[in-house]
Amino acid sequence: MLDILIVDDSAAIRKILQRVLRQSEIPIGNIFEAADGNEAIAALKAQRIGLMLSDINMPNMNGLELLSQVKASEIWKNVPVVMVSTEGSQAKVLEAVQLGAAGYVRKPFNADEIKEKLAKFF
Amino acid sequence: MTHTDPVISHQDIVAAIRASTADVFATMLGLEITAEDMQTEPAVTTAPSSGLVSLIGLAGNWCGTGSLACTPAFACRMATHLVATPYDSVNEDVLDAAGEITNMIIGNVKTVLEEKVGPMGLSSPTVIYGRNFQTRSARIHEWIIVPFTCGEERLFVQMCLAPNPDTHRDGNKGTLRAGFQVPQVLTG
Repeated sequence: MLDILIVDDSAAIRKILQRVLRQSEIPIGNIFEAADGNEAIAALKAQRIGLMLSDINMPNMNGLELLSQVKASEIWKNVPVVMVSTEGSQAKVLEAVQLGAAGYVRKPFNADEIKEKLAKFF
Repeated sequence: MTHTDPVISHQDIVAAIRASTADVFATMLGLEITAEDMQTEPAVTTAPSSGLVSLIGLAGNWCGTGSLACTPAFACRMATHLVATPYDSVNEDVLDAAGEITNMIIGNVKTVLEEKVGPMGLSSPTVIYGRNFQTRSARIHEWIIVPFTCGEERLFVQMCLAPNPDTHRDGNKGTLRAGFQVPQVLTG
């Protein structure tokens, strides 16, 4: 079972994603939360994260900066990162994929979209 | 800006707001919402108002502000549907939910408009809740206001967007600044 890290500056979105994951049949372990990239880095250092869902527009360290740091790290580079963002332009999606994102979900999303994107990691 | 530079029309903005708002409400809140006729408002000092206003800044070749305004009761209803937790008064969770709903609506409007005018940045939402506050828009451009009804409640999605004078050379001396127009319906 994978431990999952949800990174979003909105507590509402973190709560929705937690609920979607818990109600899915995906065999997940613990779910951790972070409100920005800095908190996510701290969580990655403290926990054994197997999968990360991250917003892009966040204060302090945004999701693309976080993605770059994760993929540049020898320790975390194999952690799949799925971006969940209102940023829906082709350019932004392409940028995320080039930085190493394993998937991209545009907000607004429904539960099935999240489950479908995550299913391949389990 | 040259004559060949793309221009965003009121119709472009209204269509994008209608589609985005309906999508967010149907997908994330499970609520049906109906758009009313678009209105425009000049930059004027408004009457003292009450309610909840959420603001997001946009910046790029075009820049401005997008906002959402509603009553406290409707903000609680939106949060209840978004998070699946009952809220009967405005608290931190309701303000956060209003900010995120604004982020999704205006963010998706931005994505549509970017196809015409290129990349734009989106600020984090600022949510204001209070009674008898007065607002003033410190710029010369008018606001496009798209009212929606959801049951007995009304929601206003608004946008003020214009070419960025710092990135265009068409003689536009307008100074566009973030500001917002609070619909009179919120006046207590």
